[in-house]
Amino acid sequence: MEVAVAAVSGIMFSFAIYLLLSRHIIRMVIGVAILGNAVNLSIFTAGRLGPIAPPLIPSGLDMPPTEIANPLPQALVLTAIVISFSLFVFLLVLTYRAYQDLETDDTRRMRVAEPEDEGLPPLGY
Amino acid sequence: MVLGQGSLADWLLILPILVCFLFGSVLLMMRRQMHWHPPVAITGLVVLLAVDIALLVEIANSGPRSMAMGGWRPPFGISFVADMTSAMFLAVSGFVGLACGIYAIASIDSEERRYGFYPFLFMLMAGVSGAFLTGDVFNLYVWFEVMLIGSFGLLILGSEREQLDGATKYCFLNLIAATIFLLTTGYLYGIFGTLDMADIAVKAAEMEGQGELQTIAVLFLVAFSMKAAAFPLNFWLPASYHTPRFVVSALFAGLLTKVGVYAMLRIVLMLFPPEREAMGLLIAWMAGLTMVIGALGALSQTDVRRLLNYVVITGIGTILAGFAVPPLLESTSIITTGAASVIENQTAVMRATNLAAQGTLASGLAGSIFYAMHSIVVMTALYLAAGVAAFRNGSSSLHEMGGLWRRHPLFSALFLVLLLAVSGLPPFSGFWPKMLLVRATLAADLPWLAASVLFSGFLVTIASIRIFTLGFWRPLPALGRAADPAEAREIAEETFRAPPPGRPLALIPLVGLCLFVVIAGVWPEWLASLSYTAAGELLRPAGYLNAVLGDVR
Repeated sequence: MEVAVAAVSGIMFSFAIYLLLSRHIIRMVIGVAILGNAVNLSIFTAGRLGPIAPPLIPSGLDMPPTEIANPLPQALVLTAIVISFSLFVFLLVLTYRAYQDLETDDTRRMRVAEPEDEGLPPLGY
Repeated sequence: MVLGQGSLADWLLILPILVCFLFGSVLLMMRRQMHWHPPVAITGLVVLLAVDIALLVEIANSGPRSMAMGGWRPPFGISFVADMTSAMFLAVSGFVGLACGIYAIASIDSEERRYGFYPFLFMLMAGVSGAFLTGDVFNLYVWFEVMLIGSFGLLILGSEREQLDGATKYCFLNLIAATIFLLTTGYLYGIFGTLDMADIAVKAAEMEGQGELQTIAVLFLVAFSMKAAAFPLNFWLPASYHTPRFVVSALFAGLLTKVGVYAMLRIVLMLFPPEREAMGLLIAWMAGLTMVIGALGALSQTDVRRLLNYVVITGIGTILAGFAVPPLLESTSIITTGAASVIENQTAVMRATNLAAQGTLASGLAGSIFYAMHSIVVMTALYLAAGVAAFRNGSSSLHEMGGLWRRHPLFSALFLVLLLAVSGLPPFSGFWPKMLLVRATLAADLPWLAASVLFSGFLVTIASIRIFTLGFWRPLPALGRAADPAEAREIAEETFRAPPPGRPLALIPLVGLCLFVVIAGVWPEWLASLSYTAAGELLRPAGYLNAVLGDVR
């Protein structure tokens, strides 16, 4: 089970990296989304995929009666999902605005902040 | 499992964040009373600085402190810990935040305030303070993201085309760095089963020398050097830091990259000392190349702000140089002895700290921490000053600036002080940490690293002097281009007669920051001794471990 999930997250990583290396921002956005999910999956695997019983302790007991799933990676993944999703949405809006204003989503043509060939700095006065 | 109420002093640890969130949310609620924003925000920043300084004094007097959130004991709950390193970074960040807040009254108009400049500023400060204080690796990631969201908001304030372009690159690269950090955190949890830094420090000492730890240390190094803009991963910084408002650039240059450096000190150095030592040469090369390439980049720029972007990168390289030095002491047992002496009393801890203070790594680290303090203040001040200069010239291009020395002697003097400080020339704060670094790198038999510290300082001096001669000293270039003498006289009268009222409010924070630069340059002992304490605590984290794990024993 762990091997399968690890393999899936590896495949997702390679997709994400392929997309992130692209010139077009919209592909990079998708790459970021896949990357976030691949990371979540690998955190989940790192916490060991054990029994699937919910980590609840009935009242009156100090310890769970059966083997339970590890709750900590789930808490971590939950936090990470919230954060990465909100940042993904921000990125999506930013990309759209940048596309509207710069009229391109090709990173090679987005050179407003770093204009090409702007000449030498003043060499004397 | 659940601890009792902590002492009152422990609550100081959480106050910086509480203050930020409190004032940030109050400012959000005051969306319709824009004219109230500056006074409320400045009050908040003053309170924040006061709390930070109180914490620094407390830590200096009584050693590292920790507080467990909700009373859950450390390996289970999230702890907030402050040792000397965190307290110093925190105090300087509060100082810089206040300076930027005051400057922003003059430079951010009410329309941009309506976009939420001050709430975002508090969010950023909350993220920065949280990152300095937390004792939990995953929590550090969360604070990184809080900081990132605040910085995204500030970065696109004004939504000009240039800003959108710069912000796109900044957002992607920082998000990817944060994701690598998260991934590594996951692996860390997979190996140790805990994310509490103190707990990891103890456990990592027991399983020293295993390949997995090296992988984790390398991944952390990559994530944090991306955040800090160290050499192979620095390309996003010059692409984006010159696009937002000057005050925002100043905040970013002062704080954001330094948080990456702090995380590197805390995690790579404190938690994985043998692994860091194995990467020593790699870090040394990174540091050297970052310094030299940053300085060369600075020489090639025409715009003052873009030139400063590269100076920030040089500063990061200089900080990393102290980090690369191998310790002369038998290094492998540093953490082990640290963990062992948790049970011993405080005097043994003190002796261990003193012992560590004699090694080259301690002296290099002290240099790094000192330099980081200097760099936070000076870079912020330089961007703020560049903002004033650009405002008074109508341009920040070196082709068009000029004549400021004659029109604004006081401001020009301040700028000159800052430029000399950033180049590391003697009477100012940049000199002493560089001296410590050069001494440590020479003692550690890395002469080429010492040479690159000095060489990059030399190149930055040339770049600084170029800013000063072109932007301040020479006559206004528009005069030379005027067609006939009458027109030239008109231009001269217009520019030289009365200095534009400017905004005296913008000069107050500059004077404050310059005072720090001068005081730390003329009387460096206090800052140097604090840095030595901080370095000793990082190398032998016994006090840190004791503060976190001690009271549950």
